[in-house]
Amino acid sequence: MQRFLLPFYLALKEMWRNKGRFLLVSLVIALITLLVLFVAALGEGLGNGNREYLAKLNADLLVYQAKSDLLISASRIPRSQLGNLRRVAGVADVGSIATSNVTLILPLGAASLKVSMIGVEPGRPGEPRVVAGRQLTTLEAKDALVDRNVMLRTHIQLGDTLTMRVTQGTSDQFYTLRVVGITDSQQYSLVPSIFVPYFTWDRVRPKSEAEVTSPSQVFNIAALKLANPADADTVRQHIEAEVLNTQVVTIPKAIEAVPGYTAQQNTIQTQGVFTLLIGVLVIGGFFQIQVLQKVAQIGVLKAIGTSNPIVAAASVVQIILTTVLGVGIGGLGALLLSLSFPPTVPIVFNGQSSAVAVAALLLIGPIGGLVSIRYAVRIEPLRALGL
Amino acid sequence: MSTVALETHSITKTYKSDLGVIQAVDDVSFQVRAGEFVALVGPSGSGKTTMLSILAALLSPTAGQIWLDGQDLSKLNEAQRVRLRRDKIGFTFQANNLVPYLSALENVELMLRLNNRMDKAGHLRAQELLARLGLGERMRNLPSQMSGGQQQRVAIARALIHNPSLVLADEPTASLDTERAFQVVKTFASLIHENQRAGIMVTHDLRMVEFVDRVLQMRDGKLVKTYTTRNEILDLARGNHHKAHPLDHGV
Repeated sequence: MQRFLLPFYLALKEMWRNKGRFLLVSLVIALITLLVLFVAALGEGLGNGNREYLAKLNADLLVYQAKSDLLISASRIPRSQLGNLRRVAGVADVGSIATSNVTLILPLGAASLKVSMIGVEPGRPGEPRVVAGRQLTTLEAKDALVDRNVMLRTHIQLGDTLTMRVTQGTSDQFYTLRVVGITDSQQYSLVPSIFVPYFTWDRVRPKSEAEVTSPSQVFNIAALKLANPADADTVRQHIEAEVLNTQVVTIPKAIEAVPGYTAQQNTIQTQGVFTLLIGVLVIGGFFQIQVLQKVAQIGVLKAIGTSNPIVAAASVVQIILTTVLGVGIGGLGALLLSLSFPPTVPIVFNGQSSAVAVAALLLIGPIGGLVSIRYAVRIEPLRALGL
Repeated sequence: MSTVALETHSITKTYKSDLGVIQAVDDVSFQVRAGEFVALVGPSGSGKTTMLSILAALLSPTAGQIWLDGQDLSKLNEAQRVRLRRDKIGFTFQANNLVPYLSALENVELMLRLNNRMDKAGHLRAQELLARLGLGERMRNLPSQMSGGQQQRVAIARALIHNPSLVLADEPTASLDTERAFQVVKTFASLIHENQRAGIMVTHDLRMVEFVDRVLQMRDGKLVKTYTTRNEILDLARGNHHKAHPLDHGV
């Protein structure tokens, strides 16, 4: 039992009597942790900003105009197709989704705020759930739901009136909407969102000169709720065969097609991986130097009968403790620092991505230390005699 | 008459190098009894450190046998050698003797922990041994807070605390001034005798053999002479031994 505990005894004694040195490495690991967690949180925040509305949709499939390259802004489906979509076997409900960018005019000289104005059909797929206030109730009311990010940035409250400036034809028009509900975060294309009934959207959206006088109504995509989500592939084939000029995809596929989303996520993941690699090198370098400085000492330990497993286990204990301490300090620092960021900074500490980052960080210590452990095990006890 | 603790028979160690085969130890045989303190002397390159490494189960001989407490060392595998060093051998080295992050007491107790024998009685015995070596006030000190002589005395305590059959000392006085060197060797000798352990000290400083019971002199890997009588040993220690080879007086 004593021999089993000996690696812990040796490792802890050495760490305690060389606190400064080990703390310094832990602080380096803490800085790497801070960086990795922020890169992960930034990736999550930027990803969320791009995909949030789509990811939270209460729908199973999305219908795009065929050959629109799955670009929501490029997809235009005549409103007359909604009936055709509803008639396809297996489709339980359909909601049209129409998007455009508008500018909110804020009071008291505050800077205006660009938002995504999303036209949805009350009570149908596409309309987000409110966390305060009420859902949209009519197709034409000047009611609006606002994303909580709009609230955080503008301090607009439930019941307030929004003023929007849009360009229709060649002139600027001002419209007012009443905030009747607040949704959770629902960003789309990295800007916060407001939701209005489809017909309100169609009336107040920015329009070209031709669109001002055109009676035709279009939406960008349709959100489909299926009777049985397991039949998604069959329903997709039916829609593409029966409803002219459409392309149907799942929500994950639609998210991948958001412009720049995949490239952005790949870039951020690459940054994270490289930061972890730097961590491996830093930790590996430190422990290797430490072992090189202790060659004679390890030789003495082995000469007096300390086995290789004990020497290796003591190194592993030190590496794990140093790493855990560093990751703990870094994680706490990241948490405290994140509280000081304004809501406009796209930093989101998502449990899953943070857990993956922390697990990766906890692994870099042992991985970085492998070389030094191998070196320590190979030190000959004869080194104690200077041979 | 005490029992034979260590016996070597025709120990040979050869190395291959670019210059050919080097005979580091050549057909060396001797015995050491329990309670006997033996010095292994010789000039630099005479093979005494290689011999010590073989006795400590750190090196395997090319030929020959070694028996420690009746156990043939040449037949042990690596794990058994580690166990033998831990259980049956006590060791002091020339330098870097102690674990720097353990106090004097912890360094001594380390041998008990390695042997699963650390308990209250062991703790008290380690304290007594250190006090006996004049380190009662230094038990909590780290090696860096002690002089070279004090560190050597801690190493002696560590080498003896687990009651090994054989105690080996590699140039224990190399980094000490004369007065401290005599003190360390004298203490070492008295503990060897008192505890009835077999002790072997490698030294190039012939003055230090004054406290040993027998001197084995090596040259070019061979055991060339054995000094057994008190007068012979004292003569050697005082530099009066006319028959000694000029090179045998150390470096």
